[in-house]
Amino acid sequence: MDEKTIKENLDLMRDVLISHVPFAKAIGMEILDAKEGEAWMRVPYDEKLIGNPDTGVIHGGVITSALDNISGVAVQLSLPERMAIATLDLRIDYMKPATPKLDLTTHAHCYKVTRNIAFVRGTAYHDDIGDPIATSVGAFMLAANRSMSPGDAAEAGLIKKAEG
Amino acid sequence: MEILKQAREAGTKVDLNALIDAIPYAKFIGMEVDQKGTEITTVLRFDHKIIGNPVLPALHGGVIGSFLETTAILQLAYETGGEVLPKPIDLTIDYLRSGKPQDTFARARITKHGRRVANVHVEAWQDEHTKAIAAAHGHFLLKPPEET
Repeated sequence: MDEKTIKENLDLMRDVLISHVPFAKAIGMEILDAKEGEAWMRVPYDEKLIGNPDTGVIHGGVITSALDNISGVAVQLSLPERMAIATLDLRIDYMKPATPKLDLTTHAHCYKVTRNIAFVRGTAYHDDIGDPIATSVGAFMLAANRSMSPGDAAEAGLIKKAEG
Repeated sequence: MEILKQAREAGTKVDLNALIDAIPYAKFIGMEVDQKGTEITTVLRFDHKIIGNPVLPALHGGVIGSFLETTAILQLAYETGGEVLPKPIDLTIDYLRSGKPQDTFARARITKHGRRVANVHVEAWQDEHTKAIAAAHGHFLLKPPEET
C-alpha cells in the first residue's frame, strides 16, 4: 500500500468508520493514525463513560467498544477493497483499570487475512503501549453481506486477491 | 459503592435500577432492569446513538459487549452482595446475529462462584429468547470488603 492509498484510507476510515457510525461519534472516537493493516484511535475521557462512580474509572464496555471499532478499522486497512465485515468474536483481557481523566488510546493490527476470516489483535493504553490497560483478540467475517466468499470472488476474477 | 454498602448493612438485596442510575456509562447506553422476584432481565433501550452500522442498520458490537458485561456485573452485585462492583478480568463475546435497531434483553448466569473470582455466562436476545444475538462468558474479580 503506497502513501497515497494510506492517506485515502485514513480519510475513508475517519469518514465511513467514525463520522458515519453513530456510536463512534457518541463516545468521541478519533482516528490518530493508520497504515496497512494497522490503526490507532483515541477516546477522550468523559464523565458519561464512567463505570465506577467511586473512582471515576471508565467502564470496561468503553474499552470493548473502542477495541471492537479499531479492530474493524484494521481489518478494512488490510483488505484490497471495501467490503462489509462482521465481528465473529472478541476476547478482552483487562490488565489494569484506566486512569481517571486520561484519554484512552487503542491500537489494532490485523495480522492475518484468509479467504473468509480476518484475525486481529488490539491494545488499549494511555501513553505507553508497553503498559496496557487491556488487550484483545478478535475474528472478523469478510464480505458479511455476500453469498460468495472474497477468496472465491478473487478466484473468479471479481476482486483483487488479498495478500497473506 | 455507597448503594452496595447500604444494602449489605441492611441485609437486603441491592435495588438494581438505583445501581444502574449510579453507573453513568450504563445509563448513557440506555440500560434498564426488569426484575421479577429474583429473576433479573436487563434491557438495552434502542436509540439512534447506539448504532454501529448505519447501512444495515445494526447495533454497535461494542455496545452489545458493554451491555453483556454490565448485565454480568449487575447479576454478580445482586447475588454476592459485595460492597464494591465486581471487576472484569476477561470477557469473550460471540456475535451470533446482527443486533437490529430495537430493544435488546439479556440474562446472566453465574457458572462458578469462587472466593475471589466468578465465572459468568450472559446471553442477549431481541425477538425470541432462543435466538441469541450475542453471548459472552468471562471472569470477574470479587473483592472481599476487608481488602478494599
